[in-house]
Amino acid sequence: MGVMPHDHIELSLEQSLDHCIKCNICTAACPVSAVTDLFPGPKYVGPQAQRFRHERQPAPDESVDYCSGCRVCNEVCPTGVKIAELNARARARLVAERGIPLRNRLISRSEVLGRLGAGPQAPLANLALGFGPLRLALERVLGIARAAPLPKFSRYTFRSWFRRRSAPMANSGPRRQVVYFHGCATNYYEPWVGRAAVAVLEHNGCEVIIAPQRCCGLPLLSNGDFAAARRAHEANVAYLAPYALRGVPIIGTSTSCTLTLKEEAPELLGMRSAMVRTVAEQTFDIFEYLRMMYECGELRADFRPIERTLPYHPPCQLRAHRIGRPALDILELVPGLRLVESHADCCGIAGTYGLKREKYQIGMDVGAPLFETIRRSGSDLAVCDSETCRWQITHGAGVAARHPIEILAKAYGLVI
Amino acid sequence: MRTLTTDVLVIGGGATGAGVLRDLALRGIRCALVEKGDLTHGTTGRYHGLLHSGGRYVVKDPQSAEECARENEILRRIMPHCIEDTGGLFVVTPADDESYADRFVAACRRTGVWVEEIAVSAALRREPLLNPRISRAFAVRDGAADSFLATHANTDDARRYGAQVLTYHVVNGLERVGDRIIGAVCEDLRSGEMVRIHCAAIINATGAWAGKIAALAGLQVSVVAGKGTMVAMNHRIVNTVINRCKMPDDGDIIVPIHTVAVLGTTDIYVPDPDVYSITPEEIRLILDEGEHLIPGVRRMRALRAWAGVRPLYREEDATHDRDIPRTYRLLDHEVRDGVAGMVSIVGGKWTTYRLMAEETVDVVAHRLGVTTPCRTAELRIEASAQPAAPLRPAISHGSAARARFAILASPFYMLGHRLAEVEADDSYGDLVCECELVTREQLEAAIESEGTANLDDLRRDTRLGMGPCQGGFCTYRAAAIWHERRSARYGQAAGAAPATRLLTHFLQERWKGLTPTLWGDQLRQARLDELIYLETLAVDRLPEAIPDETIVTGHAAIATEAG
Ligand SMILES: Cc1cc2nc3c(=O)[nH]c(=O)nc-3n(C[C@H](O)[C@H](O)[C@H](O)COP(=O)(O)OP(=O)(O)OC[C@H]3O[C@@H](n4cnc5c(N)ncnc54)[C@H](O)[C@@H]3O)c2cc1C
Ligand code: SF4
Ligand code: SF4
Repeated sequence: MGVMPHDHIELSLEQSLDHCIKCNICTAACPVSAVTDLFPGPKYVGPQAQRFRHERQPAPDESVDYCSGCRVCNEVCPTGVKIAELNARARARLVAERGIPLRNRLISRSEVLGRLGAGPQAPLANLALGFGPLRLALERVLGIARAAPLPKFSRYTFRSWFRRRSAPMANSGPRRQVVYFHGCATNYYEPWVGRAAVAVLEHNGCEVIIAPQRCCGLPLLSNGDFAAARRAHEANVAYLAPYALRGVPIIGTSTSCTLTLKEEAPELLGMRSAMVRTVAEQTFDIFEYLRMMYECGELRADFRPIERTLPYHPPCQLRAHRIGRPALDILELVPGLRLVESHADCCGIAGTYGLKREKYQIGMDVGAPLFETIRRSGSDLAVCDSETCRWQITHGAGVAARHPIEILAKAYGLVI
Repeated sequence: MRTLTTDVLVIGGGATGAGVLRDLALRGIRCALVEKGDLTHGTTGRYHGLLHSGGRYVVKDPQSAEECARENEILRRIMPHCIEDTGGLFVVTPADDESYADRFVAACRRTGVWVEEIAVSAALRREPLLNPRISRAFAVRDGAADSFLATHANTDDARRYGAQVLTYHVVNGLERVGDRIIGAVCEDLRSGEMVRIHCAAIINATGAWAGKIAALAGLQVSVVAGKGTMVAMNHRIVNTVINRCKMPDDGDIIVPIHTVAVLGTTDIYVPDPDVYSITPEEIRLILDEGEHLIPGVRRMRALRAWAGVRPLYREEDATHDRDIPRTYRLLDHEVRDGVAGMVSIVGGKWTTYRLMAEETVDVVAHRLGVTTPCRTAELRIEASAQPAAPLRPAISHGSAARARFAILASPFYMLGHRLAEVEADDSYGDLVCECELVTREQLEAAIESEGTANLDDLRRDTRLGMGPCQGGFCTYRAAAIWHERRSARYGQAAGAAPATRLLTHFLQERWKGLTPTLWGDQLRQARLDELIYLETLAVDRLPEAIPDETIVTGHAAIATEAG
């Protein structure tokens, strides 16, 4: 990393290895090292290996590539070592030195993939991706696990829906503006999540703006392609800063996109400009934002009862926001609805991790306790804020998985 | 009493003695070395780690500078695996006299010390933590050198040529007949047995202890012992040797070596090289001076502090230690004192050990009528065959895995070397010392190797316990493995007492160095270690260990750093 002299955020990351007291708490908690011997664990690949890394010498290690980036280690470390970030950077160095495999280049380009598959041609693309022999070929040639859960492309993109829809009914009174950051998953695979978000926000008196945007870059970061991730973040900052500077919040339904805008990209890439900071400060997870509205008495409470008990999994990416469980805080306002938290560490997919042939089984083993919890709940529906986790839950536990905003839209009786 | 006979007896198992031994052996001279502790027990094992470019001495001591510059290139050639080519910088900080820099450059040119001025921005890019307010920066050929490894490399090579090495043998007396010294009497500290060694010549390479050895023959050699304290930081806060561009003084240099960066040093006269302690004032001084180079260093995690004693030979009284030239001195007692059979080699630096050895052996060989020339500057020392050596060659694992790590192909040592080995060999499941990546295999080999008497010896061989937790997690593991191996060898008789003693001795050694740096992160670490050993394992309440001849620990002859 090109470290800026005396940049405190940078120091707090790079030098955080000094806080390690070798207690092994992270190693005991890491869901990946619990299921495979291929991964020596957070202490080893994080603060320990960091003492042997040198910017101007060849990379000394490769097992760090088995880190899924779930950040469970950061959560449990008693001294505040930024283990997952150290790991991400180490992987990026490895990638810079040895090149990025074609497979990783491909699966980290969610935008390009989305543009290829989503739209009227979606049924065809889905048919192809559901076709066993093709998946086998993809596994053999590219190393994308044959059984891994690939989402289905949508026939229409979220953006095209938003452009074409009839303008919302003008609510009375002043309307607060919000920018909705939909991310790739909502745009190309699950436009209904975005529709629910727009509906809920408008129901609560917001004017929803869909600004131009690019992939947040998280898949690029977690595959070590920092150069491409930097380009993506620079573009997003250019698109979003004009709003952020005016105090317009940027709200996302994908906990990974919002985490990237808030923290991951600026921190890992060492981007520190005032614009980058403002965008980071103005970015919110949608339930985090709704909870703020609720706390100010500005959230409508015209819920219809939903008599159900549903398993809820707070994804790793949400936990990394360090904002508690805002979806639980809000959904518990819905009469009759009970969400039961999974208390599982990780679903195992970790973005694109579980798609890789050599990591697919690790991902499934990591997710096993979560799948088991969900199966035991007897529910045919699970709730989770992150898209890739929802796909993995459906794949592993065999039940449908929804974003909590879809449940909230339903409670408001909104037609989406 | 046992009696041994050899041609040349070398006293002192530091850099100088080991270098002398190899030189003798390569010239075909029968020789043996005795060392009262483990190899590198003296100053060599407690030095700063710098392979001098010569830059430090160009103005003050040009002769030393020239010697260093020449030897630097030779050592890079003959033992690259012991050296990391870190490069060095001399930087002018706001606290330094600006006019020194030009004198410095001119003196480098005169003495043949390679130097090149680089842009301040380039220096800062290379070392981001460096003080951004420096006004000039000069690149030099400083490096970092592992003195444990280098000393072993020398003695191992000497052994290949027939030399003998006796560690834990302390010389208690010299046998003098008239004006001739004919041998030495040692005690084997492990068995208590006395050993007489007959020889044609003795080379006294005992550094700061040289005066004590000379006194055994009734000769007077004034060696001023100047204590120097160093502070190791928890990780490599710099990857280049950083010097302040000014007259050498206290705390003006940082050396990155292995996984740490070492700040130092001080220079305080001590009357006895065996009795000294580290004071809080010294630590404060080192950190305060360090601030000029790395702002904020005071708040970073320091690992531990230690001290070594400089062997400075004083012909006539000098007012201050630093004013005594660093150049070594070869004392031919036959010429100097009219007593034949012994020469003393004192002073110098680690960097010039080979040159000192060459000059010494030239004189001794001449006396013995041996005309074979010195070859130590040409013959490369093979990487130690001893598996315990930290940078050992591949054992059995696939070369394909190793080929993926460019670092393992480097002739020079690199920081990531060990990690790459562990990764290539998939041996992370076998780590005993996790901080410094010592595997069970390495540790067992070190335990089995000749002369090893305690865990601190294993540390010197393998870096066991030298990382952030300072033995917190590896001490009990290592003691258990030791116990397992030794009882396998000696049968059930060993009992648990030796292991107990090893454990407490090693903890004591580690904790001694921790106490001067107990603040911030390291205090937290020490507290955890304390909980492990005192609260959980209650090592302070273990029954008194029974003395055991296979363990040499706190013997008065080899105790250092009192208090
Ligand atoms: C603080 C400090 C920092 C330094 N940093 C550097 C540096 O960065 N670079 C550099 O080039 N040089 C450095 N030096 C100098 C360098 O370390 C020494 O010059 C060198 O190590 C001396 O080696 P030696 O073999 O002569 O002495 P020693 O290493 O002291 O060896 C003498 C040996 O004799 C043994 N001995 C003593 N009495 C007896 C006896 N009665 N019987 C048997 N054995 C005995 C001792 O146990 C000891 O092991 C530093 C010195 C100090 C003090
Ligand atoms: S981020 Fe997750 S997978 Fe990676 S080391 Fe931490 S806990 Fe383990
Ligand atoms: S939990 Fe934190 S302090 Fe403990 S070993 Fe892991 S990184 Fe180090």
